[in-house]
Amino acid sequence: MSEALDALKLAAIVLVAAVLQVAVFGGWEVAGGSPDLLLVAVVAIALLRGTLAGAIVGFFGGLVADTATLGTLGLTSLLLTGAGYWAGRYGETTGRDRSHAPVVSVAVVTVLYTLGAVILHVVLGEEVAIGRVLGSALLAGVVFNVLLTFPVYALCRRLLGPPPSSLDRAREVRLLA
Amino acid sequence: MGLLVVLALAMITISFRERPGGPLHEVQSVGATALRPLQVGAERVVRPFRDAYGWFAGLFAAKGEAERLRAENERLRQEAVQFRNAYAENKTLRDFLDFKAPPGYPDDYAPVYAAVIGHPPSQFEQQVVIAAGETDGIRVDDPVVNADGLVGRITDVTPDTAQVTLLTDESTRVSALDVNTGATGLVENGRAGGNSLVLTRVEKRYEVGEKDEVVTAGSQRGQLPSLFPRGISIGRVTFVGQSDTDLYKRVQIKPWVDFGSLDAVVVLLPKDRRR
Repeated sequence: MSEALDALKLAAIVLVAAVLQVAVFGGWEVAGGSPDLLLVAVVAIALLRGTLAGAIVGFFGGLVADTATLGTLGLTSLLLTGAGYWAGRYGETTGRDRSHAPVVSVAVVTVLYTLGAVILHVVLGEEVAIGRVLGSALLAGVVFNVLLTFPVYALCRRLLGPPPSSLDRAREVRLLA
Repeated sequence: MGLLVVLALAMITISFRERPGGPLHEVQSVGATALRPLQVGAERVVRPFRDAYGWFAGLFAAKGEAERLRAENERLRQEAVQFRNAYAENKTLRDFLDFKAPPGYPDDYAPVYAAVIGHPPSQFEQQVVIAAGETDGIRVDDPVVNADGLVGRITDVTPDTAQVTLLTDESTRVSALDVNTGATGLVENGRAGGNSLVLTRVEKRYEVGEKDEVVTAGSQRGQLPSLFPRGISIGRVTFVGQSDTDLYKRVQIKPWVDFGSLDAVVVLLPKDRRR
């Protein structure tokens, strides 16, 4: 029962984040960049619920965003699946107990997400202003996303609760010498 | 994880290769229709806050702006009188010559007003989604404008929503005309960041100057006539450069449209189109 409720909460968070990103945050452009609420929410969920949940909410969040914007289906899903998996893995192995983990995760994932997006668009044969995207837009995006991390992570933690104990079994590499 | 990646790659492949109206496109269309109320609701909730921010931000520049607008208003009033005379003379001469003109803007187009309800998920797509679609008569390639000038064109439609690819998108090219000199060229993304545009393929013999007005050329020649009617404002020239090795001038344009804060747009439907 509690797992079903947890899944429902995850679905609600990612749906709200995707709709707000598409309808509101995507339209804000300051200093060449804009915040990515959906990416921050996926990273926060991945840190709190692990790799599998991170990858799944990333996939479905991306699907909602691509559907709502009539974009290439699967593109944002692929990127956010990777982002969710990486953040979840970071949380499970090294980062979860550290207070700076959400900020570090969001900053790193924003950079990797942007690089991944550049590569995907180039592979698909689309023209990309690489200089602009990897310059001022990326810098502004990292700053906005880091600022969003504090309220979003706090809200997700309040709604979802702390990470379940089953995740604690994983998977840290220990030196036994 | 692996399954999700394979699924995403499969969707990208199908979505990219599929013709418009294919099965995946239809599923996306149904999804977009289902999400539309949520997007419209979110946009309406946020609009008062956005308006309030705009109001306070406008206060800082209001005094200087008012003086500039007063001077501009005086200049435009004088120009309007001259243009009214020229327009009447032009109309008379066209009647004499029985001149056959292509569809003109705005008289030969029916407007469809629509709110912007979706913005791109990343910096790469210069596209927005609007709350009007096929049921309103909108078709792919219809021109989109707002009160300031050319915004872009329709690149995808569902029954209730449509995707607008903006003028600032890397893939957009618009044949354009410098009103002051008659020089023609192609307007495209400036690649310099922000909303800058460039006018390319402008021959060196034209004396294009800063502050020249650039509008759509509405070229009807060749096998691929322009999608945009003649005379829609695009922007104003901010820089003109050339070197001995260049074949063409380098012309930068500041667009009239603020692409970063699009709230509503107007889709132009040709009146003579059969539905």
